[in-house]
Amino acid sequence: MIAAQLPVLQVTVPLLAAPACLVLRNGRQAWLVTLVASWITFATAVLLLMQVLDQGPLSYAFGDWAAPWGIEYRVEPVNAFVLLIVSGISAVLLPFAKSSVAREIPSQQVSLFYTLYLLCLTGLLGVTITGDAFNLFIFFEISSLSTYALIALGSDRRAFTASYQYLIMGSVGATFILIGIGLLYMMTGTLNLADLAARLPGVAETRTVRSAFAFLTVGIGLKLALFPLHLWLPNAYTYAPSAVAAFLAATATKVAVYVLLRFVFSVFGVGFAFDAMPLSMILLLLAIAAVLSASIVAIFQENLKRMLAYSSVAQVGYMVLGISFASVTGLTASILHLFNHALMKGALFMALGCVMYRLGTVRLAALRGLGFRMPWTMAAFVIGGLSLIGVPLTVGFISKWYLVLGAMQKGWWPVAILVLAGSLLAVIYIWRVVEAAYFSSEEASNLEDVREAPASLLVPTWLLIAANVYFGVDTTLTIGVARRAAELLVGVSQ
Amino acid sequence: MDTFGLFNYWVVVFLMMTGFYVVIASSNLVKKIVGLNLFQASVFILYISMSSVKGGSAPILEEGVTLYSNPLPHVLILTAIVVSVATTALGLAIVVRIREAYGTVEEDEIHRQDESL
Repeated sequence: MIAAQLPVLQVTVPLLAAPACLVLRNGRQAWLVTLVASWITFATAVLLLMQVLDQGPLSYAFGDWAAPWGIEYRVEPVNAFVLLIVSGISAVLLPFAKSSVAREIPSQQVSLFYTLYLLCLTGLLGVTITGDAFNLFIFFEISSLSTYALIALGSDRRAFTASYQYLIMGSVGATFILIGIGLLYMMTGTLNLADLAARLPGVAETRTVRSAFAFLTVGIGLKLALFPLHLWLPNAYTYAPSAVAAFLAATATKVAVYVLLRFVFSVFGVGFAFDAMPLSMILLLLAIAAVLSASIVAIFQENLKRMLAYSSVAQVGYMVLGISFASVTGLTASILHLFNHALMKGALFMALGCVMYRLGTVRLAALRGLGFRMPWTMAAFVIGGLSLIGVPLTVGFISKWYLVLGAMQKGWWPVAILVLAGSLLAVIYIWRVVEAAYFSSEEASNLEDVREAPASLLVPTWLLIAANVYFGVDTTLTIGVARRAAELLVGVSQ
Repeated sequence: MDTFGLFNYWVVVFLMMTGFYVVIASSNLVKKIVGLNLFQASVFILYISMSSVKGGSAPILEEGVTLYSNPLPHVLILTAIVVSVATTALGLAIVVRIREAYGTVEEDEIHRQDESL
């Protein structure tokens, strides 16, 4: 009985918990509600993934209105996997968020913070699970609007300008998506994604469909911070509260990448997107530019949150690179990297959250000698960093491996070399932190009475670090799901 | 497909480009929001224009009328208007906070203040 309702529970649980937090007005209770809602969401996502792997795609018709007319929730391997990523990160992050948020946000705003957080979670899950194009736009805006407000809660005044900049660029992107969906509706008369896919081939040779494709690609590109549309991201992640930065870095861009996959592969189809339109070349060039330029800029950052933010732009580049191959291996690499990057960036931003908790700053100069004052935190950062570089036995290695494999299959060996060059650049920016934390001759003056971060922050951080190593060794789950999802996506459109 | 038949779409494109230009070119934060509104409003008109059916009446069930305009885009755009209002409200609220923190709503002045930190 409950099993049939799982798709809708996935979204409604956090949606209903959000106003509950608003009414409670008590930070501690609001946190508890959020935690319970988030764990229920995670359990739902696990059950959904098991069900999908077992029985194939699920469909849920709202109010029993059958699919092309009513709104449909559709769960396939690829979005069940993304649901698992988003809800899993949220489930691990919330125990961490309690002390981190209490330190960084005024106490009277804490319940509002959790309201916004739940709405953001609702939006991200909704985008992922829905099978309706307009519903997708609405959920995108639910998550984006709450994200703008969450970023503005940062303690620095530059959080306001960062939030404003993101609001403008995000809204332009959302409106582009809206235009694209409108043009598609104009040509096909349907908003259901599966129905769109069935009807589009008949009208594919029109200027309207081509411009719809262009609008959607650019709009989604803004949301996923594809180079050169990434300008909002570094400031947003730098000045947002630590817990928000960790959550966004691990989930928000992943969901946008999923939407790109969804539109390119299952709505427009490989034939239209890669043969009739030059998407492969565009994505390839932009992805390589993202990897190289963002990695180089990351090397010169003094603020570590900003460094990781630029590194995120580079990592998004890797995901898009996998998409541009338009092959099962390339797509497997992209989907794998969605999961793996969520683990590593979540862990790294949480380690920085620990530093922020004790030091109140994440400037490189203030970290000199911190490796001995906060050994567990910095050890977590180092392992997360190794994973980011792609050292064997960590998840980073697995996704890089598949990416290089995908490039080799295509015969694009210069691309494979560039992927490795990107890794070398990551070595440089991670090494700067290691050098400051462990090998500097004198300790920074602000470290006099700094102690290790409390267990409530360390345990969730190390949980993600452990996941980084575990999924780097035992890859049966991740690769199995990613490959199945990739085969389904490429297969559907052929 | 005469020029006049496409009148609505000309208006859409004109408004869209005007709004988009203001968003990019204006350095005043409030004006940028005005531009964004214009940009979004053009999309509302796009949706509403496409719902019209030649010779169709208003989508109200009545005897003797068989041809209706498509009511779905109207409903969709009602939702999009709500989103746009929420975005505008949030954007203006942030501008108020920026003005409190910096004492100005001019983009270049804000950059100058941040760089001198």
